[in-house]
Amino acid sequence: MEAFEYASPHTTESALKLLGGRWGETEILAGGTDLISAMKDRVTTPKRVVNLKKIKGLKRIEYSAHSGLRMGALVTIQDLLDNKVAREHYPALAQAADGIRGEQMRHMGTVGGELLQRPRCWYFRNGYGLLAQYQGKSLVPDGQNRYHAILGNSGPAYFVNASSLAPILIALGGKARLHGPEGEREVELRKFYTTPMKEEDREYVLKPNEILTEILVPPDKGGKMAVYEVREKTALDWPLVAASVVLHLSGGTVRSARVVLGHVAPVPWPVPEAGQALEGKAVTEEIADQAGKAAVSKATPLSQNGYKVRLAHIAVKRAILSAVKGEA
Amino acid sequence: MEVVRFTLNGDPVEAGVRAGETLVQTLRERFGLTGTKQGCDLGDCGACTVLFDGEPVLSCLVLAADAEGHSVVTIEGLSNGEELHPVQKAFLDEGAVQCGYCTPGMVLTTTALLDANPDPTEAEIRRALSGNLCRCTGYTKIVRAVRRAAEASRADGRGGE
Repeated sequence: MEAFEYASPHTTESALKLLGGRWGETEILAGGTDLISAMKDRVTTPKRVVNLKKIKGLKRIEYSAHSGLRMGALVTIQDLLDNKVAREHYPALAQAADGIRGEQMRHMGTVGGELLQRPRCWYFRNGYGLLAQYQGKSLVPDGQNRYHAILGNSGPAYFVNASSLAPILIALGGKARLHGPEGEREVELRKFYTTPMKEEDREYVLKPNEILTEILVPPDKGGKMAVYEVREKTALDWPLVAASVVLHLSGGTVRSARVVLGHVAPVPWPVPEAGQALEGKAVTEEIADQAGKAAVSKATPLSQNGYKVRLAHIAVKRAILSAVKGEA
Repeated sequence: MEVVRFTLNGDPVEAGVRAGETLVQTLRERFGLTGTKQGCDLGDCGACTVLFDGEPVLSCLVLAADAEGHSVVTIEGLSNGEELHPVQKAFLDEGAVQCGYCTPGMVLTTTALLDANPDPTEAEIRRALSGNLCRCTGYTKIVRAVRRAAEASRADGRGGE
């Protein structure tokens, strides 16, 4: 690891003063599960690291029927799993958290860090940058792309967003609260992630001098929800694809449906086509299958990842059926 | 160099650490506690697991500076003198050790699991150990050892009533 200056401020305000205006010069440390390994691999070589763990207000988790769930960015995955109220109102959020392996990661990793983790793309992790370019051309289309994007890959980015929590939080209508030098702002999580167009861009709208401080989730209002992940192994790894579903039913008919795919595109990928295939209908296996098919109707797989199209189709179908049965 | 003070295996300690020094390096190189293994050094294998305020963490991904004011338990701090901790004894009795490299991490993760959940199911055991890799053999004897340790701890608990 390259040498760096280390700071552990006690307030968000003093932390903000330590951040710079350019990505890469300063990094923010929370649980460390992503940042420390990325620094060892020299994926990032910050001059300064700002530790947020001494800031007390960022570890709160609260629920009210009126305003919903508020989670400080430093709430750990285990804190979220241990919170009975969060589990009761957002069972699929707990399902997604449970998919984060293993025990040590759940105790160290934070909700904020989970949402801001960098891509697992092996070209990125091995020094070829976010866009995996070599001599002005992406290495991905003709390279080892079996875990790469099947959707949203028409631009220069082929990596997949690695977050397990973002898709279900987007399906639930969640927001991120950001603190910057000019004060606070709230961004809907569905607009929080962006596909980088050039190497200097990041995968989200957070600015280098801002801190993600809180996640807000509106009240659940009787939604039926589920997450269905397809994994290659049950031990420490990221899913191949995951589908998050939140349905509102009236009298057995779907009134509204939000379906968001994870691990298939450079951003968490909402599929309104799947929601439309469900709305106004009673959920049967056939209808759920049609929604799964609709979810991947625009997929553009690469040379080695066509299999992920089928996995995403089935994940959506199973998430819908699981949500209706209340299995989450 | 920064001076960090923390509790290590029950004793107050202090050490001068570099920025960028990880806890596993401090434990092994400054305190000579080589029971904590530096495996992949990237958070994948679990060999460097220690208990941090009683919770299992990967010491290769913890900056030593962040130990300030906390309590760290390594495999060397688990036994009571010559008397093995019930989890250590169960691993020994079940032969749940081959090369032994993953064992300190396995034992500490198990200790934290049983502290939180004294009677885990097999699924819960496997889930808890999903961040600890054994590359020698399989997990059958390890899972059996965890169950044996759980039974022994519960029997101990009843005996004390």
